[in-house]
Amino acid sequence: MSVLVVVEPEDLDDEGAGLSVVSQEVLTFARSLPGEDVDAVLVGLPCAGAPPEAVLAHCREQGVRRLHVTGEPRLERYAARAWARVVDAAAEAGGAAYLVAGGTARGNEVLAHVAAARGVPMPCNVVAVVQSEPLEVERQVVGGAVLERVALRAEGGLAVASVAGHAVAPEPAPSPGETRVGEVAVELTEADLAAQVVRVEAEEGGDTSALTGANVVVGAGRGVGGADQFDDVEALAARLGGAVGVSRVVTSLGWRPHHEQVGQTGSRIAPDLYLACGISGAIQHWAGCSSSKTIIAINTDGEAPMVTKARYAVIGDMHEVIPAVLEELS
Amino acid sequence: MTDVLVCVKRVPDTSGEVVLSADGSGVDGRYAGWTMSSHEECAVEMAVTIAGDTGGSVTVLTLGDDDSVEQLRAALAVGADEAVRIDAAADDYGPADVAAAIAEVVRAREGEGRPFDLVLVGNDAADTGDHQVGIRLAHLLERPVVAGAQNAAVAVSGDRLEVRSSVSGPTEVFDVPLPAVLTVWEGGVEPRYPNISGRMRAKKARVEVLEPSGAPQGSGRLGLRVLPPPASDVEVLGEGKAAAPRLVDVLRELGVVR
Amino acid sequence: MSTSSLPDRCDVLVIGAGIVGNSLVHHLAELGWTDIVQIDKGPLPNPGGSTGHASNFIFPVDHSREITDLTLDSMRQYDEMGVLTTSGGIEVARTEERMEELRRRMSSAKAWGIESRMVTPREVAEMVPFLDPDVIVGGFYTPSVGVVDSLRAGTIMRENAQAKGVLTTVANVEVTGMTVTEGRISAVQTDKGDIEAPVVVIACGVWSPRLARMAGAHIPLTPAVHQMISVGPCEPLAERPGEISFPIIRDMDTFCYERQHGSDMEVGSYAHRAILHEPDEIPSIAQAKLSPTEMPFTEDDFDPQLEQALELMPELLGDERAEIRYAINGLLSLTPDGAPVLGETPEVKGLWSCAAVWIKEGPGVGRAVAEWMTHGHPEIDLGHSDIARFYPHQRTRAHVRARTSEAFNKTYGIVHPAEQWESSRPIRLSPMHASQRELGAVFYEAAGWERPQWYASNEPLLEEFGDAVMPREHEWDARWWSPIINAEHLAMRARGGIVDLTAFAIFDVVGPAALEGIQRIVVAQADVAIGRVVYTPVLDETGGFRSDLTVMRLGHDHFRVVTGGAHGMVDKKWFADHLPEGASLVDLTSAYSTIGVWGPRAGDVLGALTDDDLSPETFRFGTCRLIEVGDLSVLASRISYVGEFGWELYVPIETGAQLWERLIEAGRPHGVVPVGIGVYTATGRIEKGYRAYGAELDAERTLSETGMGRPKVKDADFIGKEAVLDQAGRPPKSVLCAMTVDDHTSASGVKRYMLGGEPVLGRDGEPLTDGHGHHPYVTSAASAPSLGKHVLMAFLPPEQAVVGTGLSVSYMEELYPVTVASVDATPLLDPENLRVKGRYAELEHPAADGGTAQPAAAAEPVGVA
Repeated sequence: MSVLVVVEPEDLDDEGAGLSVVSQEVLTFARSLPGEDVDAVLVGLPCAGAPPEAVLAHCREQGVRRLHVTGEPRLERYAARAWARVVDAAAEAGGAAYLVAGGTARGNEVLAHVAAARGVPMPCNVVAVVQSEPLEVERQVVGGAVLERVALRAEGGLAVASVAGHAVAPEPAPSPGETRVGEVAVELTEADLAAQVVRVEAEEGGDTSALTGANVVVGAGRGVGGADQFDDVEALAARLGGAVGVSRVVTSLGWRPHHEQVGQTGSRIAPDLYLACGISGAIQHWAGCSSSKTIIAINTDGEAPMVTKARYAVIGDMHEVIPAVLEELS
Repeated sequence: MTDVLVCVKRVPDTSGEVVLSADGSGVDGRYAGWTMSSHEECAVEMAVTIAGDTGGSVTVLTLGDDDSVEQLRAALAVGADEAVRIDAAADDYGPADVAAAIAEVVRAREGEGRPFDLVLVGNDAADTGDHQVGIRLAHLLERPVVAGAQNAAVAVSGDRLEVRSSVSGPTEVFDVPLPAVLTVWEGGVEPRYPNISGRMRAKKARVEVLEPSGAPQGSGRLGLRVLPPPASDVEVLGEGKAAAPRLVDVLRELGVVR
Repeated sequence: MSTSSLPDRCDVLVIGAGIVGNSLVHHLAELGWTDIVQIDKGPLPNPGGSTGHASNFIFPVDHSREITDLTLDSMRQYDEMGVLTTSGGIEVARTEERMEELRRRMSSAKAWGIESRMVTPREVAEMVPFLDPDVIVGGFYTPSVGVVDSLRAGTIMRENAQAKGVLTTVANVEVTGMTVTEGRISAVQTDKGDIEAPVVVIACGVWSPRLARMAGAHIPLTPAVHQMISVGPCEPLAERPGEISFPIIRDMDTFCYERQHGSDMEVGSYAHRAILHEPDEIPSIAQAKLSPTEMPFTEDDFDPQLEQALELMPELLGDERAEIRYAINGLLSLTPDGAPVLGETPEVKGLWSCAAVWIKEGPGVGRAVAEWMTHGHPEIDLGHSDIARFYPHQRTRAHVRARTSEAFNKTYGIVHPAEQWESSRPIRLSPMHASQRELGAVFYEAAGWERPQWYASNEPLLEEFGDAVMPREHEWDARWWSPIINAEHLAMRARGGIVDLTAFAIFDVVGPAALEGIQRIVVAQADVAIGRVVYTPVLDETGGFRSDLTVMRLGHDHFRVVTGGAHGMVDKKWFADHLPEGASLVDLTSAYSTIGVWGPRAGDVLGALTDDDLSPETFRFGTCRLIEVGDLSVLASRISYVGEFGWELYVPIETGAQLWERLIEAGRPHGVVPVGIGVYTATGRIEKGYRAYGAELDAERTLSETGMGRPKVKDADFIGKEAVLDQAGRPPKSVLCAMTVDDHTSASGVKRYMLGGEPVLGRDGEPLTDGHGHHPYVTSAASAPSLGKHVLMAFLPPEQAVVGTGLSVSYMEELYPVTVASVDATPLLDPENLRVKGRYAELEHPAADGGTAQPAAAAEPVGVA
């Protein structure tokens, strides 16, 4: 009985980057499931037989017994259902009882295809195993404000679940694995590839990667006051070498583009520092920023949830505080 | 002429602090009220735009009790033409059950010779966050599905759909044949507010009520708990601009500035 | 200053930073308070209460003078702060019945001196081009209607007080408890620590009941939903700059309003079902989507209003581009009688209520309550808003919910001045209630008591008195009225009547300092022989009326105070607050039943039941004594509010039914009948020029104006004495007069009868102004069946207060000629008081003989001394 983890590379263009942080988290989580071995399957990076060394290094560190790869060239461009076929084949090949992936948009999508094809349940965004006999887990619902307890049973053939991002911190396995690499072969059908990315439109700064990858995020909420009031926020983000993130209300009001949104319906971030300015801290937003290592809030309301949940706070108007900080830094 | 089915769910509004119902089995919506998930608001907007562009129609569907008619009417008010309610207790339905119930409606309409060219669902409901109904539905209907769709336009030929998504990084473009399923993600379209004529229309519109066939398997929910708010250990650095030096000290301590 | 740390003590703690709390701290600072702390559980400037979502418009005209005065003062204050934008406002009517109501509003506008005029549908459409004139039949236009920025006003007022260095405001502080020591508030507990304060004001709007309960007090109000949507952008609105450039429309028949807000149109409604909430179940700031008092919108409740709004403004609201951008179920405070809840709570000394106040009254209420707290009395009489007015049953949750549910749809309703409540009845029943039901009593409610207004059993009297009962042709004039009242009146004057007065509030003042206490509180000499009954005004420090009532001296240290039921609780608090050490007050309201028996045959009726000597010479007017009515012990008091010989009879409530039965039985052979309150409070007294507290008497009137000044002022000190002495030498600024209506015929030929509140004008309709700068209006109106006249009381400018002066009264926008028939409230009937004295034989036209009215006497003013 083994656990199969769907892993993704950190950066398709940088072979040295290894596995994504979320993938490493899920490998760590996988060891809390009742499987004897942890296997992994790498998709999205066609590599017949020879995955990048950095990926293998992460796998060994996480005690991965076996890494499934595929050489299918048609998988270079994303096609969830086709990816799911590879994952399914790897589960079959490795005799997996449990299949897990990170609760990213992509991880959830691929797993859902596997679960749908197999006709088994799929709890999403699991955060912890709360009982082992029989196995029960808790998962995030209502934007992470509520935890739902559900059973996770392998009796149906395969137990499928996604793991919420940043629910666990990646830890090396007690003893490193050897990580044998094996190739899975699948016969892709036209239906598997019917919904496939045909092209990627990489406009400058128009995507979420700047935000999700930043070490420092300067967040801005309704307290900014208007679309033309972001100068100081942008200046501070630039000064700290970080990105701007905003609350849902800011994108709803049309002040900023959606790809800057942090929250349940935006990006989930885990920077070293999140500096939340004029953000009250509604659940929807907290769902996206709660994994930040340190949170500093600037808010006029000392009782705003963002302030009480923060590590540090300044009570005051952000448009007074930020310029003063910039001046102090110059 | 693209005929669109858009599926919505009545969920508690979670703009504020979440409160569980007395028996702990669900979320209490009496303070913040009930709404449809924000992904679904965008799905409705997308449906109305596509139908408008192609001269097609929009049918809005929900699975829920009588109260969920409110969400159907909200969609009717912004331009949906017809409404269908599958009369069931939504909490008893797991994602696979919901997908099956929707598939049944889609097949029935196909049988009547009025098939849906496109089925839109929200990527995940704001309450249960299952991330799978649309995909399960696509498997049941044997149709292609794009998840995280933020924009969609029907090609001139009328038989293909160009879909955009930037939820996983740079904008990815899909080109899928119709009929298809999309799970819609907020951010690509701006949901409109209803106007008064729309509200009046919605009020008078008939809502078709369907009985589900067969019992649901359930969501497997064993219990809910609200995460206790973490004990605040906030250190207030000061008030107003006078706090700037202290704040900069902290930034230095954290190593984000040198 | 604004801080985040709570001081540990202060002179006065104001809880709440909405429009009311902010106004109050400002006025307290103006009046010299130097250590004020203000807290709110929400953030500033919008802590999340009703002020934050208010529609912020002000229509100054209200049927209530008190509310109108508070509103006008508030508008002045808003204007001074620069936050008032005048837009004008039009109340539109879709029906003729509503047009009548608008004409009635014109009466109020004229009476209170507010410029308004009736406008045609075309004129409305000229001012509001997007309104469909075909939907309406007319409108009532008030140019001074405006909108205010209540949040800004609050901030300005708060900062004024902070700038004086006398106010500390701390936001985000939640009250968790209150400490009451020996009946006084002493400290308040909060989540930010405790604060000691000898005076605490609850200005927490919808949360007020919850706060009051922490101290064991009651603020009877309930949070209720007012629905509002905002629709836009609307092109005709967006074209003009600024927040508002079109008059606000109140669509009275649909209970809706349409108010421009920038490029949006706000549509609000009072037409939906009453949706009440509980103060304890209002969401916290964290739980709320928008704010705690902006609850989720319930669309179904609003749909009918949407349709009606669309009908009124089809193009504007029907525009496909105009979207519903905001929709809330906003919470506001409703009280059982619709009036604010102001003043010190009767339960806890030092704990004040300042709640259930609308934006339009906020600053005025702030000022008045600050004056009250500082000087003991406000400039504007707050009698109808006094928190002390509530009887215990009126503070219950069930009563509050029942009455507010019933009242909700009356917000824009057509409410007849005599309209009766249907809910929360019956509550208080007099011991003879069952007998009264058998007599076909038509019950009206006062202070929870069911009182017969008239008796169906007296219907045969209609035939006896014929046209002398002055039947009313118009439905509105005759609504909540019956000619039987006038028939009962005539029967009482001719033979006699028996009146149930159980609703009186009765309390004894006892103890070694009882005399000192009574002397200090009342104007009249109370150091009288035991067994004397004194009718007396009760004044405040400025000489304004607090009450008028009777005091019986029952013993050396024992006085019994009898006052009207409606005002009883307020009087009780006034007495209790002003009694010295050594005097205490015992409330006997529920221990005694009172029955009045008056008229030419009153002595025969009571005489048949007792062996005591009742002759006028022995049992003198203004005295009381215990008599034996068979085996009942009865306290009989020879006074009269109807101008006849007779008694008020006080018995323990459990023997009330017995006494009643015996009187009815004994009255029968004499043709003495039970008589309703319609006679007692209206027709009987108006013929005698007797004033009524709340109508003629209030804190803004003086003894000399009401004709109640006496040449001699007692030596003993009493509250208001200085003012009375000061006023004595000066001519009054207005004079209470009685007028008779010369011609009732309206333009349509229907005879109309005024009901009170109408403006009094010169004969040709020119406005009159008294020495206060007020315009005269009718304070009381009633039939005077014995005179065959409809009589109106009003305070007239001294120049017009001359018998025989011809004036006019505007009723439903028509002028009716009236003539001043008496001044200084001299009785129109029987000015020599022969009837009261029991000297019926000396009457010129002994009513006892024919029992008919005296048309001859009424042809010219009678009763002028």
